[in-house]
Amino acid sequence: MIWDALLLQLGYNATLVSVGAALLGAAAGITGTFLFLRKRALVADAVSHATLPGVCLAFLVMASLGGDGRNLIGLLIGSALSAWVGLWCLNWLTLRTRLAEDAAIGAVLSTFFGFGVVLLTVIQTAGIGRQAGLEGFLLGSTAGMLFNDALMIAGGGAATLVIIALTRRALTLVSFDPEYASAQGINVSQVDMLMMGLVMAVTVIGLKIVGLILIVALLIIPAVTARFWSERSDIVVLLAGIFGATAAYVGAGVSASAPNLPTGPLIVLMSAGLFALSLFFAPSRGVMAAVIRQQRFQRRVHLRQGLLALAQGQPIYENLTLRLLGRAGLVRPDGVATEIGRARAAKALRDEKRWEILRRDHAHEAAAELYDGLREIETVLTPDEIREIDTKIGPPQEIPT
Amino acid sequence: MSGAEFVPLSLPPIVIGTCAAIACALPGNFLLLRRQALIGDAISHVVLPGIVVAFILSGAISTWPMMIGAAGAALIAVLLIEAIRRLGRIEPGAAMGVVFTTMFAGGVLLLEQTDTSSVHLDVEHALYGNLESLIWLDATGWGSLLDPLALAGLPTELPRMAAVLVLTSLFVAIFWRALKISTFDEGFAQAVGIKTTPLGLALVVVAAVSAVAAFDAVGSIIVIAMFICPPAAARMMTNRLERQIAWSVGFAALSAILGYVLAGYGPLWIGLYDAVSAAGMIATVSGVILALAALFGPCRTRAGAPAGV
Repeated sequence: MIWDALLLQLGYNATLVSVGAALLGAAAGITGTFLFLRKRALVADAVSHATLPGVCLAFLVMASLGGDGRNLIGLLIGSALSAWVGLWCLNWLTLRTRLAEDAAIGAVLSTFFGFGVVLLTVIQTAGIGRQAGLEGFLLGSTAGMLFNDALMIAGGGAATLVIIALTRRALTLVSFDPEYASAQGINVSQVDMLMMGLVMAVTVIGLKIVGLILIVALLIIPAVTARFWSERSDIVVLLAGIFGATAAYVGAGVSASAPNLPTGPLIVLMSAGLFALSLFFAPSRGVMAAVIRQQRFQRRVHLRQGLLALAQGQPIYENLTLRLLGRAGLVRPDGVATEIGRARAAKALRDEKRWEILRRDHAHEAAAELYDGLREIETVLTPDEIREIDTKIGPPQEIPT
Repeated sequence: MSGAEFVPLSLPPIVIGTCAAIACALPGNFLLLRRQALIGDAISHVVLPGIVVAFILSGAISTWPMMIGAAGAALIAVLLIEAIRRLGRIEPGAAMGVVFTTMFAGGVLLLEQTDTSSVHLDVEHALYGNLESLIWLDATGWGSLLDPLALAGLPTELPRMAAVLVLTSLFVAIFWRALKISTFDEGFAQAVGIKTTPLGLALVVVAAVSAVAAFDAVGSIIVIAMFICPPAAARMMTNRLERQIAWSVGFAALSAILGYVLAGYGPLWIGLYDAVSAAGMIATVSGVILALAALFGPCRTRAGAPAGV
């Protein structure tokens, strides 16, 4: 059943929902990356919660004018308008008052959402009826979605992607380095507006599928996930789009395969799964990579200290050091140095002496700064320079046994 | 309106709402000043999976398992946010966004997969609470306030919320000096020997306790609104922390009372027949108070900030 859904075998509407979700996921992931790099990820949370009063007001207006209150286009226009008002309030609070952005986000989010809930109860109790669809905007519902709605979501997602493709250079520059972008002649506040406009577009398009409470996850999680895999902004953007699209596509497919599997939460959980995988297994930024790096470093320190101890004839009590030396074939199991071990130890001690002289010599100040107890001296000095230092030390001495 | 109607139907929700609002606003003041305002938002979202798990494990809607589940979820969320922030080197806002949306999504999915048709547990309830249903059936009028038999029938949320309010106030009172110093100048606080890390964690825990208790009674919208709006409005009124806290308590109480009255009686005044959501109205009123404070408050602008920044 799940394979049927993923291979688009569940009928025309389910296919359209899956494709629409994937386009939405890609648009959200990419938009979210710019937002994340601009360090304004949670602004999206305020924008998405601020859509609720607009949806309700649009419903009330359309119903009181005698039309069908559930017309999706009308509802989405309403949600966009109130999201815009919420965004304006947020910017005003941040710029004109002493409130920090996080407080402004929380204030806008809770007030608008609270007002939306008041309007929801007005609709429920005013006896207008047929309001059942509105709760679906909280958590998203693809069940009973009309063909036209699905088409609109797919179209909206594609249009958002096109706009991003056309403006990606300005978006990247501003989200990375606003001052530099401004020096390049880019109008930063206009690009910020565009960014927020894209966030609004994604939110509004995603209302029906993911719902307003969870849409922020589609913007944040793929971006954070992609950041683990690359240090290059264009690759991060691309990866975020791919992660977002994958999570949305699989989530929508799984949700269509059985009852009681809400679409929005499933998409979010798929994203979270990708995030968890990346957190642990991504190269260089992942947790595993960090652990491996740490272990390697530890081994190098132990080996180095062990060799120095051998060279100076000191006993080694640390088990890990002995094990590492033994495994490298530098000591025998009884703790006595082998032939190679003695040679390496002598070299280590000599290097230490070389470093000592080098660090006392002001002529080598820059090189001396690189000393950390592990670095090979050959990486900072030329053979000639080493030879010159060696003349100050004298010839090799016998290792005490 | 007569006491016979007001005392059983409206007094308990108003008192509970007020206690919840103040209990959230008190720690909210410090969270706001420490730029951690959205912790309240995150906690109120992650309470849902905690409650659902508690329901699945205990099989019933009872208070203590749910409180423990919610508190556990809040703690897990705070630890996860911290872990992701450190392990992944991600900015705190994004880490928070990842954690609370994921946990909330998990909660919704669990809820849909569990058979909860026999009990009153759904996402809407978690969001809006059931303030209106906290009525005191044993009361007959103002006289019942002195009648021990009737007092025994008070909704259990009332004493619990009051206890949490006392706890929060005690925390703020006892650690007042340490909280104040560490909020404004963490480096100085450390220099005079205040352990800032445990204190910050304790503040988050106290906030979580208020959030969980308030959530059970009044839903998560009020929790988010009360953590942020009254302290933010109070911030516009004064530059002194003592006065800011006094203002925020006043604003919180005003939002709760005015919001409840407007929700319960407002629609009647304009000719509608049914009450609207009290939780939503309380949040709305607190937002309106913030808007007024932001427009007219004496200390609304950032001192010393250059124009246009």
